[in-house]
Amino acid sequence: MNSVAFVIIAIFTLAAALAAATLPNLMHAALCLVLALLGLASFFFLLGAEFVGLVLVFIYVGAVAVLIVFTILLTGRDSREHRGFNWSGVVIALAVFGCLTWAILKAQSLTIVPPHIRALTVRQIGQVLMAGYVWPLQCVGVLLTAALIGALVLVLEEKR
Amino acid sequence: MTPTLQAFLIVSAGLFSIGLLAALSRRHAIFILIGIEMMLAAANLNFIAFWHFAPPPHPSTGVMIAIFSIAISAAEAAVGLAMVIAVYRHYRTTNVDQFNQLKG
Repeated sequence: MNSVAFVIIAIFTLAAALAAATLPNLMHAALCLVLALLGLASFFFLLGAEFVGLVLVFIYVGAVAVLIVFTILLTGRDSREHRGFNWSGVVIALAVFGCLTWAILKAQSLTIVPPHIRALTVRQIGQVLMAGYVWPLQCVGVLLTAALIGALVLVLEEKR
Repeated sequence: MTPTLQAFLIVSAGLFSIGLLAALSRRHAIFILIGIEMMLAAANLNFIAFWHFAPPPHPSTGVMIAIFSIAISAAEAAVGLAMVIAVYRHYRTTNVDQFNQLKG
């Protein structure tokens, strides 16, 4: 893990995220969100969590981005941004960023050296998921089923 | 020289602030969902960074929480976009300033 890759990925991710937040065209913003999430997945690869990076690419870039593009096309009548950018949001976001950065730089316990990382294989993840995380896994399954049914009920035709 | 934990946390804070900016300052409902997705992704980066810099026994808790968080944010995105479509069908707009009543 070297600094050059970190700086390049950080600049790429933050620039893509800023473009996704400020571009006036909705479709360009959705594609910039995909770029930002790809940068985030490469951060995960850099940190040694390859499986989570792959899951992020599959779910966000494969499913959520396609869902967002579908919704933009279905509600396509006014995909142009309505005028009136709210500048108080900029002030609040800058204040939050300043507070978080101050707190991170102030905390002494965060200045630790990176330990030698032991790779976490998919086999180990599966074993841990089936041993200690069975109940959370079942709850996520129920939640996903409920979300699927809820989304279907929401978009069904209204009865007259 | 390798990047420290603080560098990852500052990048994550920047991503969170950009998501907050998108959620607070845009008028379009899908932009607000994009901002919320960005904030959740920044939280995932925090989980993985803290997991990577943990002391040696190295439990896999951070990776597990990140996986569950990704699953929950996928469910949130599906329901949120379904709500956008349902509201668009009623109001014929996606500008959140014009959603002025919930009763159909």
